[in-house]
Amino acid sequence: MITFKNRFMKIVKNLALVFFVATAFTACSSDDPEVVNEEELITTLTATLKPSGGGTDIILKSVDLDGDGPDAPVISVSANLSANTNYSGVLKVENETESPAEDITLEVLEEDEEHQFFFTPTNNIATVTYDDMDGDGNPIGVQFSLATTTAATGNLTITLRHEPIKTASGVSNGDITNAGGETDVQAVFPITVQ
Amino acid sequence: MIKKIFFSVLFCFFSFTNFAQECNTILKGIVIDYHDGTPIYGATVYIKSLNKYATTNFEGKFKIEQLCKGEINLTISHISCETKNAKISLEKETFKEFFLEHHIESLKEVSIVAAANIKSKTIQSTVLKGKAVEAFSNQNLGDALKDIAGISSINTGNAIVKPVINGLHSSRIIVMANGVRLQDQEWGIEHAPNLDINTAEKITVIKGANSLEFGGDAIGGVIVTEPSNIRLKDSLYGKSIVSSQSNGRGYSFHSSLSKSTKKGWYVNAKTTLKKMGDFESPEYVLTNTGLNSKAYSLQTGLKKFESGFNVYYTFINNEIGILRASHLGNIEDLVNAINAPQPLITNDFSYDINSPKQDITHQLAKVDYYKRFKKLGKLKVQYDFQNNHRFEFDIRVGNDRNKASLDLNLSSHAITSSFEFDAKTAEKYKVGFMGAYQNNFANPNTGIKRLIPDYDKYDVGFFTIGNFILNDETTLDVGFRYDFNAINAKKFYSKSRWEERNYDLDFNDLIIADFNTQWLVNPKFQFHNFSASAGISYQLNDENSVLFNYGLSNRAPNPSELFSDGLHHSAARIELGDLRLQQETSNRISANYRFKSENTSILVEVFLNHIRNFMYIEPTGTEQTIRGAFPVWAYKKTNANLFGVDFSLIQQIGSQFILKNTSSFIRGKDVKNNRNLIDIPSAKTVNSVGYYLEKWHDFSAVIESEFVFRQSLFPNNNFETYIPTSNTNVLVDISTTPNNYHLLNFNSDATFKLSEKTNLTVGFTVTNILNINYRENLNRLRFFADDLGRNYTLQLKLKY
Repeated sequence: MITFKNRFMKIVKNLALVFFVATAFTACSSDDPEVVNEEELITTLTATLKPSGGGTDIILKSVDLDGDGPDAPVISVSANLSANTNYSGVLKVENETESPAEDITLEVLEEDEEHQFFFTPTNNIATVTYDDMDGDGNPIGVQFSLATTTAATGNLTITLRHEPIKTASGVSNGDITNAGGETDVQAVFPITVQ
Repeated sequence: MIKKIFFSVLFCFFSFTNFAQECNTILKGIVIDYHDGTPIYGATVYIKSLNKYATTNFEGKFKIEQLCKGEINLTISHISCETKNAKISLEKETFKEFFLEHHIESLKEVSIVAAANIKSKTIQSTVLKGKAVEAFSNQNLGDALKDIAGISSINTGNAIVKPVINGLHSSRIIVMANGVRLQDQEWGIEHAPNLDINTAEKITVIKGANSLEFGGDAIGGVIVTEPSNIRLKDSLYGKSIVSSQSNGRGYSFHSSLSKSTKKGWYVNAKTTLKKMGDFESPEYVLTNTGLNSKAYSLQTGLKKFESGFNVYYTFINNEIGILRASHLGNIEDLVNAINAPQPLITNDFSYDINSPKQDITHQLAKVDYYKRFKKLGKLKVQYDFQNNHRFEFDIRVGNDRNKASLDLNLSSHAITSSFEFDAKTAEKYKVGFMGAYQNNFANPNTGIKRLIPDYDKYDVGFFTIGNFILNDETTLDVGFRYDFNAINAKKFYSKSRWEERNYDLDFNDLIIADFNTQWLVNPKFQFHNFSASAGISYQLNDENSVLFNYGLSNRAPNPSELFSDGLHHSAARIELGDLRLQQETSNRISANYRFKSENTSILVEVFLNHIRNFMYIEPTGTEQTIRGAFPVWAYKKTNANLFGVDFSLIQQIGSQFILKNTSSFIRGKDVKNNRNLIDIPSAKTVNSVGYYLEKWHDFSAVIESEFVFRQSLFPNNNFETYIPTSNTNVLVDISTTPNNYHLLNFNSDATFKLSEKTNLTVGFTVTNILNINYRENLNRLRFFADDLGRNYTLQLKLKY
């Protein structure tokens, strides 16, 4: 009985020793983790509207510097739009957590067949038409025209869809209803046309 | 059987003896029980070469006279013992002691696995083995277990199947693979056990936390998988299973080969390959739901009665496609997907597996050793190492297109040791120790914030279990366990999230570095967990028996519950852990009533499980991001009651028909807020009629009806959201459960003897015969697509 006990204890001790040595080695190797360089993060959507008759550009901007964090995006519209005016527009998507900011519009254009911007106005504040095309002759929406008529207030929603079905009914005319795909960016801008 | 063993062993040991001239020597001896040292009465001592017998008397003694000098071979056998052979050199009158192992049944189950205590009569357990397991060769562990009353599964599609025991899953269930507790990131709801079902010959499901040997935190239960027993003779045997199925146009191949020797050496190798393409619902292809799986295992060792060891290694790699249409951008996509009558993306059938997908490799290596000590018991020590490498691929753009979004590498080491004091049949004790270390590494090169942080985790546990046979009718089991868990994590929190969670009020002392928009935080948590179990079984008479048991268990929060922090694409939701969570405590009482007569077997199991600080995830609101709005799902705690009844009936009618029913009902209630709990399995009843004709190639044909009731008791987590593109407010219905459904299934098989040692079994199965459209509440893809349509499976099984 005594010999057994000794033997048992010896085995347990040896095992415990091996175990703790093993863990000590592995545990020592843990340094502080590297910070992740977020690669496809989009923080900023900027729409620049240039009035056709000249004048100051109107900037629509949605900025969400904490990405998927809890802070809501900050939406800004630099000025009211004028009635009965044509604007030529350009969109830019960026990652502003990098310095200098990374222009993700380039990536969108590189894979233009898989991306499309949609413009959804409410209250008939404006009509939007596409001014650019991908390799298949379908719209992208980085370049667009926006036309206002009468004075009104409403929202302009700009949505970037990844892998939309560009051939689905209405999609090439800018109707998002049948587009499918995943939403990469969506911003709602309050617009006053006066 | 004993006779057969007796003669075969005799045959093997047959040897020529030297016939000396003086043949008047006497051999005397005593035959003793190895365990408790008591003499064995009625054992036979046989000298084959001389055809001489002796039988032991009440004192265990025997005497054989008129033996010639020289070597003789003895065979000592007893009705309930393992037959033992001995070689003796006889020069003069000799007295010898022979030890016999008195529990042949337990011997068969020894050693390869640390599963000793699952034979306990006082726990709610069910065993699946042999054919019942092999039928699922081309499927998953979770699929096989669903045949047991009270067991269901929570699925992500068809290839990711997580077992649910009495309504509980993930970290609340322990899966044991050949004596090793699987450490494979089981916390995640879309993380299925990384185990090839073909490595298991026998699967035992234990409901509740009453098997403290395996762990103290199995609030739901334990699934013990064990490989086949090793034959203690010189043999080479194996099996091959080939399955082919129509749905998914898949095939699966499994082969295993074992070599064993009469001395107890063995080696065994297994391989399984599976390939499935896109599965199909009755009306459309479920695009990107294919599967590629490779699994290998190798084990070798020595199995003798007094000591032995086992070295085991398994490798499994699963590449699993996730339904393309389930990948979403924001809440609007979710609304569109829920409202679409069929998935928004369906392509033609393909074997291709594209993003979104998972690619998981799990490796397990272990070595164990056991030794028996005369009149005392059995010592076991085991070391195991596991590595789980998990990649998840999302739909990404540009250069990151083929880069994983999640890359987690989890390494675990564990040492376990136990000693079983089994000298007294009526009073056995087992004590044990467990020490484990785990390291998780989240690769930052994914370019996506870590969902689970880097961490080190340490666990130490001790248990003691007592098993008492009070009288012929009554057995009592009592157990205690203590576990210490410590977790040391290093995690980045965006400063906005840190404040939104109010962690700045309580946890600012954990901050170790400032990274501009993020804090690097070093949470260190420790948990002390006590568990206890007690059970009693009572045999009322030959046909009726009852058991009652009680289990207390504690489970520390897992890394996902503590640290989750990020966007989950396949669910279009932001998931948030909570650093404030404490361990949950379960008090479970259960009772069984069993009736067993020649033709009828009935089992009724009831349980009540009260869980304090029950951790669960539920929607808490929405958050706006530049992608649009997302629902936020946060881990919370409450007090919960789970109550359920499981029923099984087997009725033999005549010699050829068997009727079976298994039914289960479960209710889950959040008692703090007086609400229903989320994700509680639906009530279900499965009825089958089987026709068996043993005379004709062991033929069987079974038709089965599976009726699943709608889960009408669900918490209402629906919420309204503004959809800018349609300028409307819509209700996002993420709560309403799918309707009742009824599936008809058919299975038939027959076995043909090809040669003396070779059997071929041909099996044919049809599931969802009527090809109905249905959606299952606990399939997470139910929002996006119907479940599987009709499937024909042909299985060929060759045993040699």
